[in-house]
Amino acid sequence: MNLLTILTLIPLIGGAAVLSLKADQKDLARRLGLAISLIALGMAAFLWFQFNPSPGTNGFAFEERADWLPSLGIEYRLGVDGLGLLMVCLSALLVPFSMLASWKIDQNPKLYFGLLLFLEAGLFGTFTALNFFHWFIFWELSLIPAFFLIKIWGGPNRTQAAYQFFVYTLVGSVAMLLSFLAINVATGINSPAHIFDFRALAELAGNHKLEPIIAKLGIFKNPSTTMTVLFAGVFLGFAVKVPLIPFHTWLPSAYSEAPTGTSMMLTGAMSKMGVYGFLRILLPIFPEQTRAMLTPLLWMAVATIVFSAAAAFAQKDLKRMVAYSSINHLGYCMLGIFATVQLTGSQMNGPLEKEAALNGVILQMFNHGLTAAALFYFVGLIEQRSGGLRGLNDFGGLRKPAPVFCGLMGITLFASLGLPGLNGFIGEFLIFKGAFSLAPGPAAVSTIGLLVTAIFLLTLLQKVFSGPLRSEWSGWRDLTAGERLTVVPMIALMFVLGLYPQLALGVINPTVVEMVKQMSF
Amino acid sequence: MLPIVKYLWLIPALPLLAAGLAALLKKERRASAATLAIGSMSISFLLALAAFLPTLSHGEHGVFRECFNFTWFEFADNTFQSASTVQLGWVLDPLTAMMLVMVTFVGLLIFIYSVGYMAHDENFTRFFCFLALFAAAMLGIVIANSLLLLFISWELVGLASYLLIGFWYHKPSAAAAAKKAFITTRVGDMGFLLGMLWLYSKTGTLLFYDGGNGCLEQSALIKLVAETTMCGMAISTAISILIFCGAAGKSGQVPLHVWLPDAMEGPTPVSALIHAATMVAAGVFLMARIYPLLSASADPATISTGLKVVAWVGSITAVFAACIAVAQNDIKRILAYSTVSQLGYMMLGLGVGGVAVGMFHLITHAFFKALLFLGSGSVIHGCHEEQDIRKMGGLRILMPITFATYAIGMLALCGFPLLFSGFWSKDEILASAHHWQISQIPFYLGVIGAFLTAFYMTRQMFYVFFGSPTVSPAAVADTKAKHSHNPHSSHSHEPATSIHESPPVMTMPLVILAVFAVLLGLIGTPAWPWFHGYLAGHSPKVDLGKLAEDAGLMLVSAVVVFTAMGLSWLVYSKVTLQKSREVDPLEKAQPFFWRLLANKFYIDELYEVTIIRLNKAFSVLSDWLDRTFWTGVVTMISHLTVGLSWLSRKIDEDLVNGGFDHGCDGLRESSRNLSKAQNGQTQFYFRVLGIAFVALVLALIWRAK
Repeated sequence: MNLLTILTLIPLIGGAAVLSLKADQKDLARRLGLAISLIALGMAAFLWFQFNPSPGTNGFAFEERADWLPSLGIEYRLGVDGLGLLMVCLSALLVPFSMLASWKIDQNPKLYFGLLLFLEAGLFGTFTALNFFHWFIFWELSLIPAFFLIKIWGGPNRTQAAYQFFVYTLVGSVAMLLSFLAINVATGINSPAHIFDFRALAELAGNHKLEPIIAKLGIFKNPSTTMTVLFAGVFLGFAVKVPLIPFHTWLPSAYSEAPTGTSMMLTGAMSKMGVYGFLRILLPIFPEQTRAMLTPLLWMAVATIVFSAAAAFAQKDLKRMVAYSSINHLGYCMLGIFATVQLTGSQMNGPLEKEAALNGVILQMFNHGLTAAALFYFVGLIEQRSGGLRGLNDFGGLRKPAPVFCGLMGITLFASLGLPGLNGFIGEFLIFKGAFSLAPGPAAVSTIGLLVTAIFLLTLLQKVFSGPLRSEWSGWRDLTAGERLTVVPMIALMFVLGLYPQLALGVINPTVVEMVKQMSF
Repeated sequence: MLPIVKYLWLIPALPLLAAGLAALLKKERRASAATLAIGSMSISFLLALAAFLPTLSHGEHGVFRECFNFTWFEFADNTFQSASTVQLGWVLDPLTAMMLVMVTFVGLLIFIYSVGYMAHDENFTRFFCFLALFAAAMLGIVIANSLLLLFISWELVGLASYLLIGFWYHKPSAAAAAKKAFITTRVGDMGFLLGMLWLYSKTGTLLFYDGGNGCLEQSALIKLVAETTMCGMAISTAISILIFCGAAGKSGQVPLHVWLPDAMEGPTPVSALIHAATMVAAGVFLMARIYPLLSASADPATISTGLKVVAWVGSITAVFAACIAVAQNDIKRILAYSTVSQLGYMMLGLGVGGVAVGMFHLITHAFFKALLFLGSGSVIHGCHEEQDIRKMGGLRILMPITFATYAIGMLALCGFPLLFSGFWSKDEILASAHHWQISQIPFYLGVIGAFLTAFYMTRQMFYVFFGSPTVSPAAVADTKAKHSHNPHSSHSHEPATSIHESPPVMTMPLVILAVFAVLLGLIGTPAWPWFHGYLAGHSPKVDLGKLAEDAGLMLVSAVVVFTAMGLSWLVYSKVTLQKSREVDPLEKAQPFFWRLLANKFYIDELYEVTIIRLNKAFSVLSDWLDRTFWTGVVTMISHLTVGLSWLSRKIDEDLVNGGFDHGCDGLRESSRNLSKAQNGQTQFYFRVLGIAFVALVLALIWRAK
């Protein structure tokens, strides 16, 4: 059974089906779109329960292989481990959520829902591919729907935001593509086969055989310089996507101009593509280059954490604030990832701390997807109800007319600031546990981010919901039944993961153990 | 294992369940919410008593201690065995049991009191939901056998406190105070978190007791003491100081005390429960819990730096806050500063005298301070939300029960000799400070603090209860009959018109607390220090001789208290009779110092211009970096790209294309010229051929030469 292929095909074909509807079948388009995304979610859930990698597969399951262009090293190869599976599930979960949040869109809904499904296909493809060739196709494929979603349905500055987003990400992608082409060419010199396969490349890198191969390219005298340049290309591709400061300037405008449903996908799922890339591609293939740059990289992650939190505090626009907080949360992931590259040498517990950090990173990826998407959803609702206003100082006292709204958004905010009992805490705790042992300085400085996050999120809660009710909002509607149904499953999941993290860690941990074993330093 | 140990988790779980259920209740289901909260708390209290009994008997090996641990989740390769999992658990020992009984009992009384106090509040249901959540989290702290579980409960307590301080969210000041409390305590919590992570990475476990493998047990401590950090401090000390940051945040120690007085924006039962009896004491409890780590030092004869830090911070806090309390006029704020000051005493006691000394004051304080807060609530309730003591007076006649119980609480707080619990617990702290080897300064600070405490509490008594009421009791009774009010209506400007005693549901808890405020002293006198024996695991005998040993010090503290009360009486007994009480006699005498104290040493203002402004500036800088600098860099790159494109177009058009075009043109021109040569005239061809032939021949000849 080609389960993963089927998984990707569901939204791809479904998207085409939605697009083929007539323009006036608006409601049908929405319902069909939602139905397809729910089928995909069902499929993802099925995979979740069936996931049981057999020994000797390095923790991968549902593998599919088919020759494509063997002479160029191009092969159709799919498979998921705990990381991939969790990301697939996250994407599958967020698409219906995002569709429900976009239900009211009246301008060409069939195109909107169709594009969302294409985006989902791109995400599935990215998270399941193990060969650079089609991985890159899906990576870019997800970009195109996102571009149009911002460009057509976005806010007043949508055009600029969309182009900025597209060009920025594309520059990163092209740099990455060039690096991979160089690797592909190098592996083909005096050798029967080119290599595009991630795991084959990782194995070469792990055995220190990649650098001699790259040396054959002869671009620079010193082969390690060549490696560093290739590393920089791939790094750029992912750093823009995550984003790491200073490659982030596209993000605030893209997130805040995008329609609510799209912001949810951008922050919830697409930002994870970057982190995923770091874990799946950059670390395994360029371990030594990453380690050589470790100190600047660690401090780059710290800068991402601290500056984005501080910038969020300075925002007066709720959407931009949440956008910056999103950068901040991914900064913790990057801190955890870079810390694991640290050489531990004789330290007995080195692998243990690395495993703690990586478990935390992957859990945090999922948690952030959930929480940030829900936050954007709430901000979208505020914008909808206020007729487009979303300034921090435009509201006040909304708790009185809308207690349920306040309560549920409050829970989400507290999840986001890492309150124990909700999902955000465990991920951050594990990241800090690992990072503090491996890189005490950066980890200690990063706690400033935790503090500032609390400050701006509570400020949001205070300014919007507390104080006297402004007269213009006296008719503010509390969450409707439909809205409650949309968001309550997400919040329930926040509690479940907060109280019983083993649910996710049970899947993540074997993968992480495998990853750390392969890092072997 | 005793069944009660196994089921100890029920004690926090029941209020948690009640909180969850109450959260789902509709606003109108007031009675159900109160029943849920009070019912769950009563059962928890009974369970706490059941847990208390076995701890009374101690075995050969010292204290009774049993724990129950379980694995929460796995995060690493299982070759690391237990280090690869996060374990949680709970422990039953005297420290836990005593706190359980105190928290559930005081909590229960305050829950009951709240039924009366909050009777008119529209969010009554929500209030009991939050109270129950608080109780659950607090009990979680108490039973935790894992620093992580303690931290989790600790943060949840912070959340409950945030929700309750900001309960009247429509008041901007309440919303601001809630945020301030959460963030100030979180500053300390970051230290706590780092300390916890450090401890975790060094010992591989966060369980306190785990059959010899826990982080508070011998083997771990030996390891932690042996290693030193960069500045020569033992790791155990560094970790415990970091954890102390968290404790200082929650327990309002200087310099993180600023949130506690503001927290009085919450409803008064909240102030009593959270900001006097339980949560703020959690910091002291935490230090008592990690005492083995705190006091560990390589050489058993020396006092660890951790203990010294705790003692110094505590003693400074004790005096600092007591000074401020002298110049406050809000009845709750005076009590708030006195709480900060008393928490300082507890820390001091813990630092100089050990767990029992600090904890004894914690327990007695919980009772008499809850009593005082509830009493002040009764006063505020009776005076229609008036909190300014200068506008009160003569309440001893109008509110007799409140007066009597409040007086007991006040005397306990002042440390009135022999009769009241506060005397015994405070005296013990002073005695320990007196015997401290390091320095005598904390002792003197403690004595000054005791003097100030007696002074400001007497002042408060005079203002609130003495003098003459402006209305006759008959008129009061009249208005009492038709009283109807809203607990958070705007301040009444004529408080004396309808002052009344509070309903029994509010006075009954006062009476019970008052009884304990007196009797609790009996379990910790020098003559029969049962409390200390209980915590340390031995049974002390009654020895009246001990009383004589400490008599000197007791005499000193009695003299201090009497002098302070007398002085206060001299200053304030007349003032209360005057009509205009706006200017305090001390303010007249020392306007400068008075303003300094009334403005709390300008600490808030200091933070405002330093930390808060720095934070703002930093965030503005970050925003600027983003909007201007990084965007500028990107714009520059994009302009550069556009420039390059322009240049390459120019090169294309003018150089490359141009060259090509020129080449083409040249070629075309030359072809055209060449094609002219092909004119089809045979004579012309032959002529050219002839000339060429001649030229060739000539050349060959010339060459041959």
